[in-house]
Amino acid sequence: MSTVVNVEEKLFQNRYKVDHGRPHIKIRQPDLCRNECKSQSCTYVCPAACYKAEGNGAVTLITDGCLECGSCRIICTELSNVEWEYPRGGHGILFKFG
Amino acid sequence: MSEKFDVIVVGAGPSGNAAAYTAAKAGLSVLQIERGEYPGSKNVQGAILYANALEQIIPDFREDAPLERHIIEQRMWVLDDESFVGTHFRSDDYNKPPYNRYTIIRAQFDKWFSSKVKEAGALVICETTVDSLIMDGDQVVGVRCDRQGGEVFADVVILADGVNSTLARKAGFHGEIQAGNVALAVKEILFMPQETIEARFNVKDEEGVVIEMFGKITDGLMGTGFLYTNKDSITLGVGCMLSDFKGNPNRTSPYTMLEKMKAHPSIAPMIAGGEMKEYCAHLIPEGGFHAVPKTFGNGWMIVGDSGGFVNAVHREGSNLAMTTGRLAAETAIAAKAAGKGFKAKQLAGYKAALDESFVMKDLHKYRDMPSVFHDNSQFFTTYPELVNRAARTMLTVDGIDKKTKEKEIFSSFRKSRSLAGLAGDAFKLWRAFR
Repeated sequence: MSTVVNVEEKLFQNRYKVDHGRPHIKIRQPDLCRNECKSQSCTYVCPAACYKAEGNGAVTLITDGCLECGSCRIICTELSNVEWEYPRGGHGILFKFG
Repeated sequence: MSEKFDVIVVGAGPSGNAAAYTAAKAGLSVLQIERGEYPGSKNVQGAILYANALEQIIPDFREDAPLERHIIEQRMWVLDDESFVGTHFRSDDYNKPPYNRYTIIRAQFDKWFSSKVKEAGALVICETTVDSLIMDGDQVVGVRCDRQGGEVFADVVILADGVNSTLARKAGFHGEIQAGNVALAVKEILFMPQETIEARFNVKDEEGVVIEMFGKITDGLMGTGFLYTNKDSITLGVGCMLSDFKGNPNRTSPYTMLEKMKAHPSIAPMIAGGEMKEYCAHLIPEGGFHAVPKTFGNGWMIVGDSGGFVNAVHREGSNLAMTTGRLAAETAIAAKAAGKGFKAKQLAGYKAALDESFVMKDLHKYRDMPSVFHDNSQFFTTYPELVNRAARTMLTVDGIDKKTKEKEIFSSFRKSRSLAGLAGDAFKLWRAFR
């Protein structure tokens, strides 16, 4: 599958109430992603593309577009490097249709 | 908030609403806590509503529930890259009220269900995330919320907090979800005029069609696609086992899979011109019988997706959610009436009721299904291609005689899969379905 899909365009249709400065998901030890994780599967499994594989081998996370599915936490089995909580009440994705 | 309630329900999806409604209706004091801005704002489903489970809770729900279309036709498609082979079942029986199943839009439906919960007397608080359970020794006695002074107490806490089941995990009632036990699904809602939908799907007003799909659309992963007709929109989605997404050598993202599915020559014309207004993702617990965790303990019961109550084979979830919610509430009502406390012993009736209901009976029937499909990806790649090729060969009129065509089809099956493999696959399917 070589189709390039711009997921930002999809996320643009969604309604969010971003909790600025308080991301509900964190990478515990960024070094582990860079040095220990071969697959970096979060960078293609996350349905909102919150995780990006950087050119220098690091993985960065921006949670603003998060759909709160929980996949990243569950697939990070070997290193358990994802600290995952729900956003504070009322924040995060607000589905209009669901 | 230092009051004590009979029951606290965490979450306002179908299971939580069923539990809160049933308990409040019976006169128990009920607090329901929802983290979304309004009930439904965090919830995602296909969505099909099976009437029966809701009828048992609110018999006259059809009078004012926001329903989209009742389903009169069910299509099952097996796709390769260019074509599909399908079966359609359409019956006028499905046009006789009371209707059996409907498409719904969850944000609207959950809001409606929540209004019934409030009418029944429950206190519903939104925009509040429950962080953890409050324990007194090994007894759950309340919940801690992300509000100031947010400790609330109850005799029983019903965990309806969804597939991620954060609270039960934190409390150690069960472990982390396995990637092989959940499907990750993504979907879009595409709006178009009602007349367009009715013309494209050959239906009249309020009649609807569902299409379940499997085959090449999932890039060789174990999964399915779906298309549901709403009143003036179409929901289109695809889901695969999370472990398969992770292990896929093509590293295909869910949105790429969805986009490719939308471009399939058999699907694109049905959704052409649709205006996309929302993109959702959600996990579906599909581990079935063997993945259902401990369902109750001292002062707590678990319902709906958080308990893994989904029948993946029949694509049923919300009906199991509502039924488990209702049964948990009935258990709490009985325990309260008995007046002997709310330890595991007094809540054991919940498990007995689950086992007696279609919920555990159906999950038990298909207990081996997840592993059969999991270990045999040919069901999602080889067979869809073979079946489509067979149909193409047989139906293309090109001067080749039918006997030769038959031979070609048989040999294509045998080339891709040995006779023993074919027989083995048939046996595996039979054993898992019986």
